[in-house]
Amino acid sequence: MATEDGGSGLNIHPMDQFLVKPLFGGDGTIGMFTITNVTLWLAIAVVCIIALMVLGTRGRAIVPSRSQSIAEVLYGFIHKMVEDTTGKDGLAYFPYIFTLFIFILVANFVGLLPKSFTTTSHIAVTATLAMAVFLAVTVLGFVKNGASFLSMFWVASAPLALRPILALIEVISYFVRPVSHSIRLAGNMMAGHAVIKVFAGFAVVTWIAPASILAITAIYALEMLVVSIQAYVFTILTCVYLKDALHPHH
Amino acid sequence: MATETTEHAQGMPQLDFSTFPNQIFWLVVTLIVVYLLMSRVALPRIASVLAERHGAIQSDLDKAEEMKAKAVEAEAAYNQALVDARAEAQTIVADARAEIQKDLDVAMAKADAEIAAKSAESAVAIKEISDNAMDAVKEVANDTAVEIVKAMMPGAGDAKSVKAAVTARLKG
Amino acid sequence: MAIEGNITEMGQLMGAGLACIGMGGAAIGVGNVVGNYLSGALRNPSAAAGQTATMFIGIAFAEALGIFSFLVALLLMFAV
Repeated sequence: MATEDGGSGLNIHPMDQFLVKPLFGGDGTIGMFTITNVTLWLAIAVVCIIALMVLGTRGRAIVPSRSQSIAEVLYGFIHKMVEDTTGKDGLAYFPYIFTLFIFILVANFVGLLPKSFTTTSHIAVTATLAMAVFLAVTVLGFVKNGASFLSMFWVASAPLALRPILALIEVISYFVRPVSHSIRLAGNMMAGHAVIKVFAGFAVVTWIAPASILAITAIYALEMLVVSIQAYVFTILTCVYLKDALHPHH
Repeated sequence: MATETTEHAQGMPQLDFSTFPNQIFWLVVTLIVVYLLMSRVALPRIASVLAERHGAIQSDLDKAEEMKAKAVEAEAAYNQALVDARAEAQTIVADARAEIQKDLDVAMAKADAEIAAKSAESAVAIKEISDNAMDAVKEVANDTAVEIVKAMMPGAGDAKSVKAAVTARLKG
Repeated sequence: MAIEGNITEMGQLMGAGLACIGMGGAAIGVGNVVGNYLSGALRNPSAAAGQTATMFIGIAFAEALGIFSFLVALLLMFAV
């Protein structure tokens, strides 16, 4: 906080949880390959994904076990989403989309653990994810459709006079996509966790504490919902962008 | 800013660009690992399991369909057998009835013949008896008539003419 | 009580507070999307399932703008 501490007796530092720290002391500087808490929590997410998707399905049972049926439900959910949104030819990119979905979902949920570090609350992480989608989709659009990909910005159904203006708007909205795509996820994560921290800070005052704890519980429940919806939204927007790249003439 | 025992965030940690290369590097590593795991191991496995399950369910359904067809067939065969058996029973009953009828007819004819023979025999016997009786009656009547005539009118007519008259009367 | 501190900081905090009004707009937007989806779904429940994804996309777009205002507030408080 930009204010001095001690004025109100509350020491609320909602942003502390987002600090990137080196894991093994060192001199405190963070280089590219330093093992930080980002590394730790990404690794935990990977371990969870392996446990769910690889170890959970190793039985290959016809009648699935519990973890296998979760993996199958996720598979079916994303498979249907990709097929419904982008069509049959979008299924070639299904593994990539599924990777994005499962990573965001698990990283979000792991980030909800107390004392954890939420990797997806960092703009650096979500911007990388969003830029990867944006660049992949743009390149794919040009590879698949050549220069006719640009016709996506030229709305043929609109009156001729309006078309340049619409084209400008379309181009701007196209380039805003990765921004909103990444900020939405990071902002949601950050806001939820910061709100929980703020309520936790209020719990210092004895007579507010019960209400504060109730509020934390409620927000936590809401966050569980938000976390999965954001993973869903990120994935379905990826599918929508992919559809634009594969079939730009609409 | 307070620098107490723990370190506090200066501003937004998200906008601390010095940590960006680190985060992006580890994120890329993570994504590659997850992508390889998903595309090489998990997704083909789940896809094969789902396909297998689909196949198993399909084959079970096919099998059930087959069983059902078989059951229908068996029922038809059973019904057919029932109809056949019934028809056979009918013919057997008819045959038996015909045979019995034949035997019965034969027996009846035989009995009729026997009865006819017996009755003819009896008729003959009866005729004989009645003839005998008639003769006896005639004799008695003659004798009686002769005696009566002798008694009533002695000397009128002889026994011969009385007898003729009695015979004529008896015939009439 | 004498007012102390610098005026830039005051401006930042006031701006941050004002930026949060934008979140109310996002709330109205999201409520609109879901409410209209629901009334449509109740009129024609058979068509509802196919439009759930569209609803979520709409929610995402409406919500993104609220998140932007939240971001502006945060930037004003911490980054500027």
